[in-house]
Amino acid sequence: MVRSRCCTNSPSSFRNQYDNDISTFSPHGRLHQIEYALEAVKQGSACVGIKSDRFVVLVALQRQGGELASYQKKVVKLDGHMGISFAGLTSDARVLSNYLRSECMRHKMTFSRPLPTYRASHRYGSRPYGVGFLIAGHDAAGPHLYEFSPAGNCLDYVAHAIGSRAQSARTYLEKHVAEFATSSVADLIRHGLGALRETMPSDKDLTVENVAIAVVGVTENPSDEATIAAFPHMRKEDGFVAFHALSREEVDRHLKAHQQTAGTGAAAAGGDAPAAAAGEAMDTSE
Amino acid sequence: MDYFPLNWGKPRATGDEHNWLATPGMAGAHARHADMSPTCYAPAGPTSHTSSPIVTGTSVVALKYKDGIMMATDCLASYGSLARFRDVERMVPVGNSTVVGASGDISDFQYIQHQLKDLEIDEYETPDGHHLGPENVFGYLHRVMYARRSKMDFLWNTLVVGGLQDGKKYLGCVDMRGVTYSASTIATGYGAYIAQPLLRKAVEGREDTLTEEEARKLLNKVMQVLFYRDARSLNKIQVTTVNASGVHISEPYSLPTEWGFAENIRGYGAAQN
Repeated sequence: MVRSRCCTNSPSSFRNQYDNDISTFSPHGRLHQIEYALEAVKQGSACVGIKSDRFVVLVALQRQGGELASYQKKVVKLDGHMGISFAGLTSDARVLSNYLRSECMRHKMTFSRPLPTYRASHRYGSRPYGVGFLIAGHDAAGPHLYEFSPAGNCLDYVAHAIGSRAQSARTYLEKHVAEFATSSVADLIRHGLGALRETMPSDKDLTVENVAIAVVGVTENPSDEATIAAFPHMRKEDGFVAFHALSREEVDRHLKAHQQTAGTGAAAAGGDAPAAAAGEAMDTSE
Repeated sequence: MDYFPLNWGKPRATGDEHNWLATPGMAGAHARHADMSPTCYAPAGPTSHTSSPIVTGTSVVALKYKDGIMMATDCLASYGSLARFRDVERMVPVGNSTVVGASGDISDFQYIQHQLKDLEIDEYETPDGHHLGPENVFGYLHRVMYARRSKMDFLWNTLVVGGLQDGKKYLGCVDMRGVTYSASTIATGYGAYIAQPLLRKAVEGREDTLTEEEARKLLNKVMQVLFYRDARSLNKIQVTTVNASGVHISEPYSLPTEWGFAENIRGYGAAQN
């Protein structure tokens, strides 16, 4: 096959000559293989992460392989204090999350402390991994939300979304970013669902099957009755809530709460402040 | 080039390079890897590692007191029965809330100091607000000591790690076999037999009320007793204090000793009657 040389200098015209190998730069200083890997991330169904002063929440869209298939699990627990959601090649996600799990365990065994979120470092194989992660973790330095991209960058976020049509989710998050720091967990989840909803076509909707929600953080008043009731996973001595995916019933409750506030449109915007003032109550209806 | 002198001038049959038993020193050269065990100097035969320490330090003693922990060592590195190096520092700070003291082989301790330095640099370079405390350093050293023992290539030391972890006092020791122990008083070497009873009597139950002055007096007395009784010790010591304001390793100072009683014993003392 003859590769024709284009007469223009546009970036796309050079692609085919410089994109076969991860270690070949294009004349414009780009690594096309990494850009193609980033495309793989954009093909995956969206996931959203939001953090407040105390908690990090991951909300992800689970695709169904077909009418007869199950929904793809999108939330992976790495350790008691850390977990991920991903977008992109599922098999790469599995390989990387197994590696991260063993890194968490190794660090904990050697240093007698949980792996600090920032140090869950990237692994390199013969090709870039075609998956992006949102890592949610809580350690001695507080709650963290990081994005790992196939480009090898680890970026710190207050809120972020990756995957298919994630830009619409990010627009929603940018609009509400001032509220997140002091939001309750229930409100963080509500915003996560709102952002996720933006990535879906108008004829589809969030259901208890295609949504996964995970939470990690520390409550403010661990001895408070309402808090104990709202957080069955909470450690009573210090209020630490280990990373866990919410059960079907809990997801259902949050979806209903979201549908109520989303349904009432403009009234929903006014409902944010009272919900935050209700403290750490998971469910806005409590 | 074959750097192993014992292999020079020894022509070998071709195909014999992979026979580990037939080529003296080859097994040692390949086992050397990243750690610094001197197997390249081993005589012909199977690989062997350090089987006895060369330049050694004696006891380390440590205790918990009201505001943190204190640790003491003497400044002697013995070469067998020769009191060879008399200004050695056997305690080293790690970060700003941990001190590590060592008894046993000094060259192995220097290797450990190098590893701890690397740890400190890594921790400093990672900008995530985390700091290594004594529990983390202890866990790391435990793993290192146990890994070396599992390779039958020991780091011939007993290490004492002490400091404040999130405001809580911590004291632990790990030996060359990877055996760990944590308590409010720690003593290694001869100290385990002579100093430990004195330390326990004075400290146990009083970890939160023992003042710095009392602790210092106790350590001085304990090091004095060790100088009288341990033939490989010195009365020039250092004392380290770790409290909320950080790690403070004192300058070396001498302990006063009393040998006048020898005059009253026939055959001893200056009078020699």
